[in-house]
Amino acid sequence: MAIEFRNVTKTYPDGTVAVDNFSLHVPSHTCTVLLGSSGCGKSTLLRMVNRMVDPTSGAVLIDDDDVATTEPVALRRRIGYVMQDSGLLPHRRVVDNIATVPRLNGASKAEAHRRANELMEIVGLDAAMARRYPRQLSGGQQQRVGVARGLAGDPNILLMDEPFGAVDPLVRVELQRELQRIQTELRKTIIFVTHDIDEALTLGDQIVVLKKGGEVAQIGKPQEIVEAPANDFVAQFLGLDSARRSLNAAPRDGGGWLVSDGRGRPLGVVDTVPDQHTDTD
Amino acid sequence: MNHLIEAFEVLLDPDAWSGPGGFGARMIEHLWYTALALLISAAIALPVGLIVGHTGRWRALAVISSGMVRALPTLGVITLAALFVGIGLTAPMISFVVLAVPSILAGAYAGVESVSPATKDAAKAQGMSGWQVLLRVEIPLGLPLIIGGLRNATLQVVATATLAAYVGAGGLGRQLFLGLRTQDYPLMLAASIAVILLAIILDALFELSQRLLRRRMGLV
Repeated sequence: MAIEFRNVTKTYPDGTVAVDNFSLHVPSHTCTVLLGSSGCGKSTLLRMVNRMVDPTSGAVLIDDDDVATTEPVALRRRIGYVMQDSGLLPHRRVVDNIATVPRLNGASKAEAHRRANELMEIVGLDAAMARRYPRQLSGGQQQRVGVARGLAGDPNILLMDEPFGAVDPLVRVELQRELQRIQTELRKTIIFVTHDIDEALTLGDQIVVLKKGGEVAQIGKPQEIVEAPANDFVAQFLGLDSARRSLNAAPRDGGGWLVSDGRGRPLGVVDTVPDQHTDTD
Repeated sequence: MNHLIEAFEVLLDPDAWSGPGGFGARMIEHLWYTALALLISAAIALPVGLIVGHTGRWRALAVISSGMVRALPTLGVITLAALFVGIGLTAPMISFVVLAVPSILAGAYAGVESVSPATKDAAKAQGMSGWQVLLRVEIPLGLPLIIGGLRNATLQVVATATLAAYVGAGGLGRQLFLGLRTQDYPLMLAASIAVILLAIILDALFELSQRLLRRRMGLV
């Protein structure tokens, strides 16, 4: 399911312009990352898709249907939504949290629980967690439950609002890897909001770098953005102009190369470097 | 001190408990008044409080009006009501409802408001309608405070229900006013102790139910 933002603007009653004349095409079965600092309107844009926010002007279309013509409750039940701090219902067990949308869609309790157990396996949660309450889980586990809940209604679209923002870096990398694995299997249309450039480069098929007011600084594949930042803002946001992304490689004693950034901070090791200059045939 | 000992003697005397005017019958009457007043008050205050909490509208009105109602002296309300509806249970019942409504109302809207906005937002984003958010998220999560409001109201009403006898109805107030008029202080004291015991027992039941509830909801 493709999503289209068509000249959307959101102005709040106090005059704040959260998003100003924003347009974007989100292709089916891909992950589009909205990347920007806080206050750039990225969450507002995300929430327009499931009508948690209605644009002041312009339209959001899913497969050419204006979402404004769809009843919000019905719309939300067929769009997965994963948020920061999981947003789980504290008084319901994990299995019931995941079963929320199937239950709302009229599935029997047994059916919904079966679906929930299926999803726990998909997101890598131990079956023993099913009977626990959210507060008995670690932050990373809670986010997995959040992802499982988002997927439980088998939506074509998954909206993710900084879902891994509140977990520690190690767990975050693990969750990102899991999401990639899930995505290669399920191929949802994902819109993913983050302010973490590394997360965007990891997950995005398409990255939209946003300035304040939802102004697009650049749209492109991760590679395009790193190789050819469209302007100073993007370069700065990526840290391209800082020493962070200008890399040096030095030969190691044991063979291979040690890679460090412009400040000399070691980043990793390269075993072989593709040599382009030795052969001249 | 003698009065107190005599009062306990009255309470331990089986004869004082039996018969249509005995402590047993009066206590059941007393409980019945309390339950009825709470039922009527809850029927009024719970829906209003839940809607105020859910929508956030008319909140100032609810706070101000329940504050004003709280300031009314119960004896005054009973007397005033009795002037219009006469002797019997109606006048005291009106005043008990006036007494109980503010507590229940406050508990209801505070309970709904206590639920974290992020949780409500998440529930809505999953596709719950307004009613579903109220019934499945706000009420269950706000229940400890909602019950807290009922608990306060119960204590106030069970203590005040003695005033029913002031305008000719029953309850433990009968013994109390009888003792007062006949200067039978042990009897008066015995009635007071019975009311205090009732209040303590009811309060303990509420405490127990709140604890069970928290445990059941995994909130402990």
